[in-house]
Amino acid sequence: MNLRAVWAIYRVEMARAFRTVLQSIISPVISTSLYFVVFGSAIGSRITEIDGISYGAFIVPGLMMLSLLTQSISNASFAIYFPKFVGSIYELLSAPVSYLEIIIAYVGGAATKSMILGLIILGTAALFVPLRIEHPFWMIAFLVLTAVTFSLFGFIIGIWAKTFEQLQLVPLLIVTPLTFLGGSFYSIHMLPGIWKTVTLFNPVVYLISGFRWSFYGKADVSVGVSLGMTLVFLAVCIAIVAWIFRTGYRLRN
Amino acid sequence: MSSIISISGVTKTYATGFKALKEINLDIERGEIFALLGPNGAGKTTLISIVCGIVNRSSGSVSVDGHDIGKDYRAARSLIGLVPQELTIDAFETVWATVNYSRGLFGKAPNPAFVEKVLRDLSLWDKKDSKAITLSGGMKRRLMIAKALSHEPRVLFLDEPTAGVDVELRQDMWAMVRRLREDGVTIILTTHYIEEAEAMADRVGVINRGEIILVEGKAELMRKLGRKQMKLELRAPLAAMPDGLSRYALELSPDGSQLTYTYDNQSDRPGVASLIRDLEAAGVQFRDLDTKNSSLEEIFVSLLRQEP
Repeated sequence: MNLRAVWAIYRVEMARAFRTVLQSIISPVISTSLYFVVFGSAIGSRITEIDGISYGAFIVPGLMMLSLLTQSISNASFAIYFPKFVGSIYELLSAPVSYLEIIIAYVGGAATKSMILGLIILGTAALFVPLRIEHPFWMIAFLVLTAVTFSLFGFIIGIWAKTFEQLQLVPLLIVTPLTFLGGSFYSIHMLPGIWKTVTLFNPVVYLISGFRWSFYGKADVSVGVSLGMTLVFLAVCIAIVAWIFRTGYRLRN
Repeated sequence: MSSIISISGVTKTYATGFKALKEINLDIERGEIFALLGPNGAGKTTLISIVCGIVNRSSGSVSVDGHDIGKDYRAARSLIGLVPQELTIDAFETVWATVNYSRGLFGKAPNPAFVEKVLRDLSLWDKKDSKAITLSGGMKRRLMIAKALSHEPRVLFLDEPTAGVDVELRQDMWAMVRRLREDGVTIILTTHYIEEAEAMADRVGVINRGEIILVEGKAELMRKLGRKQMKLELRAPLAAMPDGLSRYALELSPDGSQLTYTYDNQSDRPGVASLIRDLEAAGVQFRDLDTKNSSLEEIFVSLLRQEP
């Protein structure tokens, strides 16, 4: 294991986050605060409680997931796309590093950043609403699993993308709608019949539901199913990455 | 000398169907400076990229110091430093950070003293805290070299090292290459500046349309394929070639004042003496003569012309 290489890549990735501290950390804090002002105050004054949880507190896990998903994807996709774009990827490809090490370093870097961000959002939220975390272990487990899974997903997008437009395409057209429609701001029990069923095809529902359960002990779908779906998505991402590396897809061709 | 890089039967066909390399066989000797010469698009960069692990080969095998680049890629790649043709650096990193990153990437323990020496040797020490984006083109080129040397490679690939480089940097670079060679580093440079190969290389390989058409010691190549030319400045212009001189295939300059005789200096009977006698017999007088060996450039051009 070339741990020095893993550490070198990881450090560069983290350094980039600190170099762009405004974009990486402050802007999500501001947008989260805005969500609280708009959704928490404006809508929260009409919907007082969901499942016995105040609306402001109810949306916290969803907001964290929203940022976790989008940031994991954008961090990881940009991290691998940028060297591809400027050409500096030659060095990574010519270095004595295995695919596993490349993945650990890039996905680890992206996941670390998005988890830090998730925790910052949690801290920001705590200023607005009273929070409780009933299952801290599972809260961390969902946080880590989701960050890693979606960083892997972002990594795949970064390798696949040939243009900046493609890089933005999947997050913008697929991930953001799925997250908004995945129960970040409402319980899926509030939906009319057919839409409740349709929603169950949205993988993000399971992530948010499981994550919310770790906070308040209340879930839209059972926790086991949530965990299972997260692991399935992780396995799919790992399989795709393995295929990419075996074939050299868009890297070594 | 034993070979440090052994390339056998390597081919590369891109997804588009373009055959970039057709069956390359090449051995690079330990400690030599090898120049890979070829026109644009001949396959130089593809070949280097395969050896370095950047591009997958379609078939064939490559070993570096006995390590197969596929099965034993770690050992193979850790011996190689690559300076690519394009200036591709993470623009927002400082010189110091990016060179240390390269060292780490190749699994070497941090060694600030060594990195400092590399930067000083390349006149980059003053710039160590500057971001790459603020460097001039020449400085960026130096930085690319520093990155490649940061992990103490035993084989250094320089892909078009002096394309668009000023005279000072070119001379620095040649001095550096000689220094590295003294330390036992094998150097492979690709170039289409033939003067560079002529000045630096021990051996020259010529590649064209994905095929190695010749590999030869430079001196040997110049001796074998070199031709000599003798130019005669005539006292009085000639209107036409005198009959007695037709067997020499002389070229007469348009104004009739100069005769050029091209001959093979390896031949036992180059014909210089008889030409001078025959000139006298034909009544052609000259006031000066000049002979010169053909350059590597002329050899190269004639090799490419011979290609079907």
